[in-house]
Amino acid sequence: MTATGTGITRLAEVFTTAKAEDRAALIAYLPSGYPTIKGSLGLLTQALDAGADLVEVGLPYSDPVLDGPVIQHAVDAALKGGVRVRDTLAIVEQLAERGGRAVVMTYWNPVLRYGVDAFARDLAAAGGLGVITPDLVPDEAGSWLAAADREGLAPIFLVAPSSSDERIASTTAATRGFLYAASTMGVTGARDAVSDTATSLVARARTHTDLPIGVGLGVRNGAQAGEVATFADGVIVGSALVSAAEHGRAAVARLTTELAAGVRGQHTGR
Amino acid sequence: MTSASTASTASQGLAGTTHEPDDTGHFGRWGGRYMPEALIAAVDEVAAEYEKARHDPAFLAELDRLQRDYAGRPSPVTDARRLSEHAGGARILLKREDLNHTGSHKINNVLGQALLTKRMGKTRVIAETGAGQHGVATATAAALMGLECMVYMGEVDTERQALNVARMRLLGAEVVPVTTGSRTLKDALNEAYRDWVASVGHTHYILGTAAGPHPFPRMVRDFHRVIGLEAREQVLAAYGRLPDAVVACVGGGSNAIGIFHPFLDDADVRLIGYEAAGDGVATGRHAASITGGTPGALHGAMSYLLQDEDGQTLETHSISAGLDYPGVGPEHAFLADSGRASYEPVTDAEAMDAFRLLCRTEGIIPAIESAHAIAGAVRLGRTLGPEATILVNLSGRGDKDVDTAARWFGVVDPESLPTEEPPPAEDADGAVASGEREL
Ligand SMILES: Cc1ncc(COP(=O)(O)O)c(C=O)c1O
Repeated sequence: MTATGTGITRLAEVFTTAKAEDRAALIAYLPSGYPTIKGSLGLLTQALDAGADLVEVGLPYSDPVLDGPVIQHAVDAALKGGVRVRDTLAIVEQLAERGGRAVVMTYWNPVLRYGVDAFARDLAAAGGLGVITPDLVPDEAGSWLAAADREGLAPIFLVAPSSSDERIASTTAATRGFLYAASTMGVTGARDAVSDTATSLVARARTHTDLPIGVGLGVRNGAQAGEVATFADGVIVGSALVSAAEHGRAAVARLTTELAAGVRGQHTGR
Repeated sequence: MTSASTASTASQGLAGTTHEPDDTGHFGRWGGRYMPEALIAAVDEVAAEYEKARHDPAFLAELDRLQRDYAGRPSPVTDARRLSEHAGGARILLKREDLNHTGSHKINNVLGQALLTKRMGKTRVIAETGAGQHGVATATAAALMGLECMVYMGEVDTERQALNVARMRLLGAEVVPVTTGSRTLKDALNEAYRDWVASVGHTHYILGTAAGPHPFPRMVRDFHRVIGLEAREQVLAAYGRLPDAVVACVGGGSNAIGIFHPFLDDADVRLIGYEAAGDGVATGRHAASITGGTPGALHGAMSYLLQDEDGQTLETHSISAGLDYPGVGPEHAFLADSGRASYEPVTDAEAMDAFRLLCRTEGIIPAIESAHAIAGAVRLGRTLGPEATILVNLSGRGDKDVDTAARWFGVVDPESLPTEEPPPAEDADGAVASGEREL
């Protein structure tokens, strides 16, 4: 690890930097191993070079219940290609070595199987900043919270439009780095419009926390990114980038550039 | 055959026991809620509504009325005298869940959850199904109660359980063949979860087994406890004693936990669950989650799971669509750990031998799922001998499996059947070569 500071502090810098520039941060999701292990490293690097402030490295899992067809297809292909948990860690390490900031997005069972303590230790050693856990709620996260705390990693939990105020309070209390607000009730996938449930969810969350809030699910272009950037601290883009990845590095670069302009309020029409 | 009425009723299954999970659904280290935050509000609502319903005399009376007048409860217990001759002379008692309306135990849970759906003011139900029995039961209850119904079913299963696909469609349900992953039961569950996240405002997910996130393992179990409550009473009344063993097949574990649970405090009664061993556990081609699995979280709960060293769910193999699932309900994991129940594998070949045996000795065509329990009972009878009494949960009838069985035994001209690969010629123990499968 070349950079200084814990994962949590380095993650905080992503948002303080963006805030200082009066914009939202751009957070790009791409799964490891798609289209190949090397190819995914190239795409993630490309996303960072083209203006993503942070990448989410998706850890492919056999049963991604919160993902729509685009991401399902990509992680399926990655698994068929033989990607392993250790490959995801290696990709994080290579990104970190060249100064890239990365968190891991993973369903919980692969971490359980790897060993929660071992995963936290190895991810921190690789230079990862935190973990987004779509199917782990703080209620079941006792050992993870302890391990993350020990390693300085950010446990990043999700809140949803269906979350009660009580749950938003308890979830934000356990979260570090940033809060992940799911914009709609549904699985991942690019959508034509960003639902207005996102604005009210973010507003509700802000009454419980000073953490930066990233909004994800459904953002697919610069205009939408610009719209989300007006009320969120981070704009998270997944499926649209994975779709672009099908067309190669140039397509990922193009979309990332457009999104990066979007979060700066510089987007000039579709 | 036991008398046609019992004092035990379905609603008694909901009364609470001394074997409950903690407030967030943990049976020791098992169970809980390993699931997306987006669905927590929904399962909280289900838990709260179930808690109210189980103390509401009107709900309980309606459940009992439907179970009696619609599903046909109580189900009888049949003394399988000719089967006994093949089981070391042990008395084999069959709890006849196959005689329930729709043909399996699944209706017990579905009637309860459909009533709960109405109470919650929801208008649509979704379900996953493997063998199609849970899907048929859900489609049935939806028709009865005027609910919209969508059933997710792995494409492989829509083919091998085509009769049940037709039944569901006749009942007005939409059946969605799932083409992701292994195209079997676990993938149907994934798809049902994906639907539920987006539809939870007006939709209840009628989970079909005693697994998933809290409160499903406990609630589904309670709706099935009537099986064990009735059987315990019936066996005591007819024979003046409790059985030596109570056995059942285990997929997700609902029929097994339903018949086991009322016997938990009867320390002398052995409880044995039979898991689908497919070609044999040693071959890796099986679905025996407790026998061959390790702890993990899938579909909402911590339990035993068939997974690789990276925590990826393994593909399962069983001739029985209803047992072809890589996980198992958390209370079974708990009972396995505590030693109160034990779990043993039964191969495809053993199950099909038992299928044929029950057809020929008792005139009962069992579901292939249930045939695993019959195989286990026969094996157990041979070790326990003629003094023993074994109560078997005959969880369902085999109409849906006639096609699979006809292929297995070669009783019909293969030309007349839709094309499909023949079943593997030999199981791990070399028991059956296809040419020797005679009916
Ligand atoms: C007749 C029958 N028995 C058993 C099962 C297995 O489910 P469970 O283990 O929940 O009883 C099924 C599932 O489809 C079934 O149809």
